[in-house]
Amino acid sequence: MAIITVDGKDIEVRDDERLNVIQAADRAGVEIPFYCWHPGLSVVASCRMCLIETGQKNKETGKVDMLPKLVPACQTPAKDGTVVITNSEKVKANQRFVQEGLLLDHPVDCSICDQAGECWLQDYYFDYGHQQRRADIKPFTSRRRDLGEHVTLFVDRCVMCSRCVRFTREVSGGGELQVIDRGSHAEIDIFPGFPIDDKMSGNVNDLCPVGALCSQDFLYQQRVWFMQPHNSVCTRCSTGCSIQIHENQEHLYRVQPRYNPNVNDWWMCDIGRFENGYVHAPERINSVKRRNDSQWENLLWPQGLLAVASAWTEAALRHSSEKLAVVFSPFLTCEEAFLLASYAKQASPKARLVLGKVPIVDEDETFKKGFCIRAERCPNRRGIEAILSHFQPDAAVGWGDFIAQVESGAIRAAYVTGNYPEVWNDDAEAAKFEKLSLLIVHDLLPTPLARRAQFVVPGVTFAEKDGSYVNHAGLLQSASWGIRPLEGTQSDGQSFGQLLGRRGLFQAADVMQELAKVVPFFARAADGVPEAGLNLVSGTEKTPRTTELGTVTHPTPTFRSVASQLVEIDVQTA
Amino acid sequence: MKSDDPNIQWVKEPQLGLTGRLYLTPVIDGLTTTLKHLFKTASGDGFTRQFPEERPEFGNPLIYRGVHRLNKDQQGRVKCVACFMCATACPAHCIDIIGAESPWEDREKYPQSFVIDELRCIFCGMCEEACPVDAIELTSLFDLTGASREEMIFDKEKLLSVFDATVEQEPMRTAGRKPLTQADASPH
Repeated sequence: MAIITVDGKDIEVRDDERLNVIQAADRAGVEIPFYCWHPGLSVVASCRMCLIETGQKNKETGKVDMLPKLVPACQTPAKDGTVVITNSEKVKANQRFVQEGLLLDHPVDCSICDQAGECWLQDYYFDYGHQQRRADIKPFTSRRRDLGEHVTLFVDRCVMCSRCVRFTREVSGGGELQVIDRGSHAEIDIFPGFPIDDKMSGNVNDLCPVGALCSQDFLYQQRVWFMQPHNSVCTRCSTGCSIQIHENQEHLYRVQPRYNPNVNDWWMCDIGRFENGYVHAPERINSVKRRNDSQWENLLWPQGLLAVASAWTEAALRHSSEKLAVVFSPFLTCEEAFLLASYAKQASPKARLVLGKVPIVDEDETFKKGFCIRAERCPNRRGIEAILSHFQPDAAVGWGDFIAQVESGAIRAAYVTGNYPEVWNDDAEAAKFEKLSLLIVHDLLPTPLARRAQFVVPGVTFAEKDGSYVNHAGLLQSASWGIRPLEGTQSDGQSFGQLLGRRGLFQAADVMQELAKVVPFFARAADGVPEAGLNLVSGTEKTPRTTELGTVTHPTPTFRSVASQLVEIDVQTA
Repeated sequence: MKSDDPNIQWVKEPQLGLTGRLYLTPVIDGLTTTLKHLFKTASGDGFTRQFPEERPEFGNPLIYRGVHRLNKDQQGRVKCVACFMCATACPAHCIDIIGAESPWEDREKYPQSFVIDELRCIFCGMCEEACPVDAIELTSLFDLTGASREEMIFDKEKLLSVFDATVEQEPMRTAGRKPLTQADASPH
C-alpha cells in the first residue's frame, strides 16, 4: 500500500494499480487539468497543462524534498511517499500561461464550433485561464479539410495534443494520422491519398479535446448542450459496447462510447456509431396491422394485440400446439425474451421456441489493442439461448431447422420476431412460409416476410427500450431508453407483457428480478445490473470507479451547464 | 422549504386606516384622475390617440422591442451563423434553427432554416443580447397581426424581408462589424 500526499491530503493506493499523479489526485478529489494525456493512450506529456510541483517524503525523517521545477503529472508515477502540490501560485501561473498560449493561435469561433459546450479549452479557460484575453486577435474561421469518410479537421482549432495520432498508431493500428511541419506551424494531417477510413475512425472525434476533429455525420446537426445523454448498449455486434445515446426532442443525434473496462474500454466502432439511420427510418412499421385478403387494416393498440392473441390461441386449438413455433430474434432483450417465452408456454404449452436468424458478417475484425468487431452482428444470442434452454431444455431449434420444418409443414403457425436494423429476409425465404396458416411478424421494417404475414406487430429499436443484453463473453449489461417509441408503436416488453395479460407499464428492472429468480443463468442479476455489467459466465468482472465512468468527450463526466458559463462571460466583459 | 423555516420572512398586509375603510376617499381619488383626463382630452391636449391613423412616437426606436429581423451582411447574405445562442437564451423556446454547412466559400455554417414563432415570443430581447454576430435584432414594429397561427410563424425569408423593410429607418446597430470570415484568417 502506497501513501501519496496531494495538497496535504493523504490517500492510499494499492501497489499493483500503477497510477500517475493525475489519477491519484482524482481520488483525492483534486482536479488536475490536462489535454494530451488519456488513460487509454501512451504518455507524451506535450501539452504542459498538468504541470505540478512534486517531491519525495523521506520515510524516516519525514522531511520532504521538493523538485525545483514543475513536472508533468501525467508522467509522474504515484509511488509511496510522493508529495504533490497542485494549488501553488507557481502551478496556477503555468496553467494560465499554457491556456493563454493555446488561445493565441485559436480561432475562437466557438459560435460555429461543434465542440462548444463540451470543449476542454473553453472549460479550462474559465477554470484555469486568465480572466481576460490580452492578445487583441479577432475571431476567425478555421481552415478545414476532410481526413476521411467520418472525420473532418478544422486545422486552426487544434491544440496539438496528438491524442488522435497516438490513437491511430496504438489502438486502431492504422497509423493514418501524423503531425506535419514543426513548431507553431505543426498540423495534423494524413498522407495524401490515404484517408482515415478504418472502422474505428470515429473515435478520434471523441478523443479530440477541442473542436479540431469533428464528425462529418454529426457536423452542425445539434449544439451539444441541447442533448441529453442516456446510457445504452450497442446492438450492432455481439461485443455489445457500452454506449451513450445523445438525444434531443425524441431524435437520436449521436452515439458515443462509454467507458467500460469489461467490454470496450473507451472505444466503439463506426458501425454502431454512425449506422443508426434505421431508428428514424420513414418506412418503419408504426401500427399493428391485420391483413384482410390483400388489404392491410391498421388496428388500435390494445385491440390489435388482443386480436393477435386470439388468433394465436385459435391456432393453438386448431393445430396441436407442437405445430406452433415462436421465433426469438437475437435483437430482443433478455426481459422481452422472458416475457415472450412465458406467453408462448402459457398460450401454447408445447410450442417450439426457436432462436432467430443470427446474422454473421465476414469474420471477427480485431484491432491492434484488442478491440474487436464481432462477425456475429447481434447483441443477445447468448441471453436468448439461455432463456430458451430453460423453457425448452430438450432440443434447441435454430433458424435453419425452423425454415425446414416450416417448408415441410411440421409447423403450421409462427410468431416471428425480427427487430433487425436492416431488411433481413428476401422474397425467396419468405416464400417458404407459404404453408403456414398463421404468421405473425413482429418487426421494425416492412420486410418481405412481414408482407406475407396475417398480423404485423411493430417493434422498437435499441434506443427506444429498456432491457439487458448478454454479450459474446457472457457479460450482462442493461440499457435504458433514450427516445420514446415511434408514434404508433410501443416498447416490445410492453407488447409481450400485454400478450401475457400483465397490467401496468413494463418495468425492465422488475422483469429482470423475476428472470433472475426463474432462470438460474441470470441468478447474479437478482440485485440489479451495475453500470459496467455482470459476467454471468465467469462470475467476475471489473468494477470501475464512478469518476472513471462516462464518455471521453469531456473532462468531467457530466455536461457542465452552459448557463453558468454565460454568466461568467457577462461578469468578464462587465 | 417548510413553512416554519427561519429564512422565510412573513410579510403582514398593512391594516387599512379610517379613510381606507370608508372607501369614499379612494373612489374620489380614482374619479379625479378620470375627470382630469376627460377635461384634458376635451381641451384638445389629450392622451387618447386615433391609433391606426395616428402612429405613436418612440423616444428611441432602436431600443424598442418589436418584431424580429434577421440582418444581412454586405453581400446580402443572412448574417446569422447558426450558433443557436438565441435559441439557448430564449425563455419562451420560440426560435427553431436548423444549421448546415454554408454554400459560401468564406463562411462555415449558416442557418438552413430559421423560424420564430411570433405568437410564442415574449419580446424580452434576450435573443439580440445573446447574438455574437448581431444578426438578430428587434425592430420597432409593434402592431403585428395575422389571420392565422401559421401566418405568425416567421421563417427565414420573412425575417429577412423585415430587415429590408426596416433597415432604412432603423440601421443595423453594428453596421460596420463583419461576421466571421476567412478574410480575417489565421496568421499562418
